[in-house]
Amino acid sequence: MPDTMMNLHSIAAAVPEIYLTAAICIVLLFEAFVGAKRPGATGTLTLLVLVVGAALTVAYADVAHRVVLFDGTYVADPLAYVLKLAGFLAVAVALLYSRAYLQNRDILKGEYYVLSLSALLGIFVLISANSLLTVYLGVELLALSVYAMVAFDRESGVAAEAAMKYFVLGAIASGMLLYGMSIVYGLTGTLNLDGIAVALSAPHNLGVILGLTFIVVAVAFKLGAVPFHMWLPDVYDGAPTSVTLFIGTAPKLGYFALALRLLAHGLAGVTVDWTAMLAPLAVLTLVVGNVVAIAQTNIKRMLAYSTISHVGFILLGFVAGTVNGYGAALYYTLVYVLMALGFFGVVILASRKGFEADKLEHYKGLYRRDPLLALAMAMLMFSTAGVPPFVGFWAKLRIIQALWETQHLWLVVTAVVMSVVGAFYYLRVVKLMYFDEAPESLPDTVRSFGVRFALGVNAAAVLVLGILPAPLLDLCARVIH
Amino acid sequence: MHTQITHLLALWASLPQIVRTVVWILIITIGVILCVAFLTLWERKVIGWMQLRRGPNRVRIFGMLPGLGQPFADVFKLLTKEVVVPSAASKFLFRIAPALALIPAIAAWAVIPLSPQLVVSKANAGLLYLLALSSMGVYGIILAGWSANSKYALLGAMRSAAQMVAYEIAMGFALVGVLMAAGSMNLGQIVQHQQGGFLAWNWFWLFPLFVVYLIAGVAETNRAPFDVAEGESEIVAGFHVEYSGIAFALFFLAEYANMILISTLTAVFFFGGWLSPFAGYPGIGHTFLGDPSFFWLGLKVFVFLFLFLWFRATFPRYRYDQIMRLGWKALIPVTLVWIGVEMIMAAIHIGPWARPWFH
Amino acid sequence: MLVEILFYIFATLLVAGALGVITARNPVYSVLFLVFCFVNSAAIWLLVEAEFLAIVLVLVYVGAVMVLFLFVVMMLDINLAEIRQGFTRFAWLGWITALAVIAEITGVIWRNGLGGVDVGRGFVSEPANYSNTLELGRVLYTHYAYPFELAAVLLVVAIVAAIALTLRRRPGLKVQDISRQVAVRAEDRLRVVKVSAEKRS
Repeated sequence: MPDTMMNLHSIAAAVPEIYLTAAICIVLLFEAFVGAKRPGATGTLTLLVLVVGAALTVAYADVAHRVVLFDGTYVADPLAYVLKLAGFLAVAVALLYSRAYLQNRDILKGEYYVLSLSALLGIFVLISANSLLTVYLGVELLALSVYAMVAFDRESGVAAEAAMKYFVLGAIASGMLLYGMSIVYGLTGTLNLDGIAVALSAPHNLGVILGLTFIVVAVAFKLGAVPFHMWLPDVYDGAPTSVTLFIGTAPKLGYFALALRLLAHGLAGVTVDWTAMLAPLAVLTLVVGNVVAIAQTNIKRMLAYSTISHVGFILLGFVAGTVNGYGAALYYTLVYVLMALGFFGVVILASRKGFEADKLEHYKGLYRRDPLLALAMAMLMFSTAGVPPFVGFWAKLRIIQALWETQHLWLVVTAVVMSVVGAFYYLRVVKLMYFDEAPESLPDTVRSFGVRFALGVNAAAVLVLGILPAPLLDLCARVIH
Repeated sequence: MHTQITHLLALWASLPQIVRTVVWILIITIGVILCVAFLTLWERKVIGWMQLRRGPNRVRIFGMLPGLGQPFADVFKLLTKEVVVPSAASKFLFRIAPALALIPAIAAWAVIPLSPQLVVSKANAGLLYLLALSSMGVYGIILAGWSANSKYALLGAMRSAAQMVAYEIAMGFALVGVLMAAGSMNLGQIVQHQQGGFLAWNWFWLFPLFVVYLIAGVAETNRAPFDVAEGESEIVAGFHVEYSGIAFALFFLAEYANMILISTLTAVFFFGGWLSPFAGYPGIGHTFLGDPSFFWLGLKVFVFLFLFLWFRATFPRYRYDQIMRLGWKALIPVTLVWIGVEMIMAAIHIGPWARPWFH
Repeated sequence: MLVEILFYIFATLLVAGALGVITARNPVYSVLFLVFCFVNSAAIWLLVEAEFLAIVLVLVYVGAVMVLFLFVVMMLDINLAEIRQGFTRFAWLGWITALAVIAEITGVIWRNGLGGVDVGRGFVSEPANYSNTLELGRVLYTHYAYPFELAAVLLVVAIVAAIALTLRRRPGLKVQDISRQVAVRAEDRLRVVKVSAEKRS
């Protein structure tokens, strides 16, 4: 245990969380006193907050090795550093994309930004969790903010229904998590993940497996793995698109960290058991996600099922149970977040006031109406389908490599087959955009330059990272060891 | 005579602990109930005088003091009346609700120090115990209102529940301030830590908290001007509209016992409990007037009870939304700010924080 | 010995209360059974000398949370019997799942025991002047400072979320602004007019 005495220097590594907490208070007060007079100012302030936060993180939280703080409840390491920067980026981009959308729907309120910042704080807490207690608090902080965001559009009955489903099922998942944690705590006598790892490396009893089962179920629930995926399509579909964009991206980083810290680190002693539990889940997730996505006519639902299938891939990285596997899962998560920002961004930009571009047929002939948007969407869809030279290809390849190294032949076959199945519905979107005629006159897409530029960069990044995959791959391999 | 007293004392000391505790509890309970009886009379008298009337002046005891027998007459009247249970009521809850209202009001006396020696339980977490009990008192009112299956009663119960939850927060925060000043949650120690005369008591340094506590206390007891739970002009008699006879008397008893309790607690928390106001001053402080005793506590309680009655005679009733506004938007912020001020005072060691136990 | 007897009494009442929560026909009774459960668990905590937790359980859950629960439940017009219609259609599934889980748990414990883990690690009574509250405060603000602060942030987020979702500013609503009412001065409202007296004719 480190010394309980702290000074400002010794907690420098925790700057992202400390800064973000302070920033949440400032944004909240700003909204209360200035927000009503200048609509939109809070959004600008939030973007500024995120930029400053990223800068502070680079300046202070870039640790060369593992630092454990606050009596073992907090850990800062290169992995946390990378994930936190990705978190800042993802939230900033998501908020940038959704500004016009929120403005058009009269839900542009400062609380939206406060909640997205607190969700980000929850993500950070998860990323840096080194104790069962902090894991749980992170999960709740993130979940609570997101529930409220889903219900944010109060006029929409669908959104309220989605929020209710999300809330009830999420509460059950939290209960599962707590139940599993209490069993593990009872049997190991410590809340600290390092301590649990040490306790489980010695011979242990089967009670731990009981606790582990609950924890695996909760993690699968949070990630949206089949058969615990039911909430995901409804929430993605029912929530306002800006919220779908938000929950489809940054929280995945947090839940990846949740799986990594809890399963791969704390419960490393029972890796054999949880990989055995995750393997069938991952296969089911891949199959159900990809097959059901084909039948969707609503693009948000389709992308939700596509998310499920990607979660299957990320889980496969964990199933490999090796450092390479975790590295591949990290790479896949980062790449997925990048792509999800892009394609949900396109859905947002295609929507106008009073019109949600959420049906597949709304994308018919998009090429004629807005060639640039169609091009970005096409690149993103190719990438998501795993077509080289886009970055999605490398992500899938890394996972398959990791599985191949660990002799999971059947999983490799499933992953490849399901990638091919998945390619069908992604490419269908491309076909709709380029080769079909628009059925009736559809409203124009959003023409604001800044947002379109950001989306262009996003789409270009998918291509550039695909052509030059080495830096990011190396980074992922380096931060996980 | 003297030997008889010594014998009695020896007999008392030889009794098992549990018996002595039970006897103490009985003495205090009966004492509180008697106080309630005369408080009702005192209330009617005071309000009568304030309104240029005489108040009750017919029933006498032993031919003394017109009106002194009034409380007993009332009790006998209520005892002999029928307790009507409405046919659509939840019978069990309807019967148990008055008891639920009264029990916390009486049980709270367990931790209250009446004099340096006189306390049933020297619990360490006495302050928390009091908070917990006062928060349970609301169940009697809510259940009474709901189980009667009457819309007036239900409305009264709802108002009362919202009001109590709101004011309990302010009350709790005010007590946090007291806790910080005393450095203990034991009520005896809270009193002892205020030693040193009138200006050393907590009210001086915690004046805003004292005001908040007193207002919240009046609201918690559902007394005027916060008596919307009864609100006879709007919802007849509120939560106890369906009660009659002794069941009604129990609610009455609970309300007045709570008043005495809140007055005692105000005295204990902010006005030095049993301590003398003259203690520590040269001259008078060294006479018998400077000694701590039960008498001082009684005097302080009397003053606060008088305030309760005075409020009732003077102030018009708050409207429901005004009550909520006052509770949430005025009292709670005041307490929060003052807790911040206390932090500064504690950091620079002034007032109560200059005392030795904080070093 | 006395403590053990009391424990079994409270534990039995607790379990009975918990059963009452799920079997009561009237939701108000369910809430009251839940209150009963909380009070009993507080009593059990008192038996292991955790007086702070016991009192806080009563203060927070019984005194505040459940009051608001009752508030809501009484306002709603719920007929549970109506909701439960057709509920029993899937009861067999629930029963099978419950029995399977129970069988699994018993099976694991039966076969392996608790693996020699000492769950009740030698409980020693503390001296009479030991303050549970003080000790909790001590660890809460040192060892657990970080989770404690996080819990505080969680509560703030809950407040923000609740207000954001429920506060509606309806346009055209006539409200009183108390501070403006109080700030009114007599000269704003009242004009004293000097009227010269007319001569009596």
